[in-house]
Amino acid sequence: MTIEIPFYLAAGIAIIASIRVVTGANAIHALLYLVVSLLAVAVCFYFMGAPFAAGLEVIVYAGAILVLFVFAVMMFDLQGDKDPEHYYGDSNSGNNSSGSSHNSWFSRWFGPVLLASVLLIEVIYVIINSSNSEQSTSTIVSAKQVGILLYGPYLLAVEIASFLLLAGLIAGYHFAKGQDLPGRNL
Amino acid sequence: MIFKLIEIAVILGLLIPIAAMLVWVERRMIGIWQDRKGPNRVGPFGVLQSLADLLKILGKDEFTPKFADTFTFIAAPIIAAATVLMSFVVVPFSDTIGISDLNIGVLFFLAMTSLAVYGVVLAGWASKNKYALLGSMRAAAQTISYEVFMGLSVMGVVLLSGSFNLRDIVIAQQDGWFIGSQFIGFIVFLVAGIAESHRLPFDLPEAETELTAGFHTEYSGLKFALFFLGEYLGVTLISAMSVTLFFGGYLAPAFLPADIGQMIPAMVWFIGKVFVLIMFFILLRTSLPRPRFDQLLEFGWKVMLPLALFNLLLTAVLKLTGVIGGISGGGGMGGISG
Repeated sequence: MTIEIPFYLAAGIAIIASIRVVTGANAIHALLYLVVSLLAVAVCFYFMGAPFAAGLEVIVYAGAILVLFVFAVMMFDLQGDKDPEHYYGDSNSGNNSSGSSHNSWFSRWFGPVLLASVLLIEVIYVIINSSNSEQSTSTIVSAKQVGILLYGPYLLAVEIASFLLLAGLIAGYHFAKGQDLPGRNL
Repeated sequence: MIFKLIEIAVILGLLIPIAAMLVWVERRMIGIWQDRKGPNRVGPFGVLQSLADLLKILGKDEFTPKFADTFTFIAAPIIAAATVLMSFVVVPFSDTIGISDLNIGVLFFLAMTSLAVYGVVLAGWASKNKYALLGSMRAAAQTISYEVFMGLSVMGVVLLSGSFNLRDIVIAQQDGWFIGSQFIGFIVFLVAGIAESHRLPFDLPEAETELTAGFHTEYSGLKFALFFLGEYLGVTLISAMSVTLFFGGYLAPAFLPADIGQMIPAMVWFIGKVFVLIMFFILLRTSLPRPRFDQLLEFGWKVMLPLALFNLLLTAVLKLTGVIGGISGGGGMGGISG
């Protein structure tokens, strides 16, 4: 099997998942598609010869930022507010309604799980074949090269990004601090 | 390719029973340390306790609450166990055994541990239960916080060995284990590892005194067993990673004469070291009290993060000045100045 097939498969998954993110009305549903989309992009990176970028993509985006998103959605229970009967089964319209709620959980979770399992199969394929040879189409960009580029030609961009993050951090601290209530000593 | 598949099957076939056996080992060791017997009825010394537990769990009713989001409810424990198992892909068990030598081995491990949190979070959300939801929120906050230092603590090792490949890291320790120069890194990694695997004293997501059973309150039968298995696999994984990163992996200790070291196979060295660390995990569980949740986060951000950054800075300085492991850094330096 050549490298193109798994690459385009992953790219296709990324596109489908991304479309589902913006077309779905359900927040958790959309978020899970976004996770799948990011994982697919990571697989694409890997096949293009950038394993370092692929690793960071999964760690930072899928593993940290989106967990925060899911966390926030869970915490405010956005879905529950909209239509509780979706989850708690239903009494007002009997069989019909419970049938539709059954359908909705199926359609809600079936897509992401299917796409994610295709990705899983690809990862397993990569693992099995990794010992044979590094068979990507282009040269492999190692972590060292990324570092040298970041702190060489792109130093200014790195500095600007870090300033932006620092500003965000300070703003976040300011908002989170709140008023100094008496007796509050955390 | 066929050989690889067989290797994967064998490793899986060994890991899962070992993780199950750990349940018995843990209860038995805790018994000994607390001056009581522990489970000693099933088979000689109670060895078959795990098997009995498994049979009991399989015999239980596979219950899914009516109000739960069925599909996620079932998917969550599978995610929890699968992500941990995936991490074992990059662990070099001996000089010839190991499923894959990915060039980004360390990153792959970090990626899988960070994805593991979805299992817990989705379990809490799908259960539609206050305790479960609170537990999974704690899990999310705890995992995201401790992941940061876990990544940073490993970077010292990566600096010294000049590679993300776990096999290269082990080979780089031939002259001396990294525990010597990376002691702070090891401590941070261990603490973060305990927090990531939700073990006592950091098991707040499932603190039974406050949250009944936390994120797995609604779980029973096989699905609960998967969470349980995931936890013990997690302990094994963190021990295996600590051994690989800081204790020379499958290498014999450098202070032993080479011929004595060679007499014992690499795999035995590896398993022995992992076992010692697992014992340490169990000892920690029996001896430390559980902190409050805000104390846990505060400890992470105010103590562990600065410590990890300090360790990274110190290692970088020592490496650049050539005090430790100065040889392999030459290429990178040349690249920058050229």
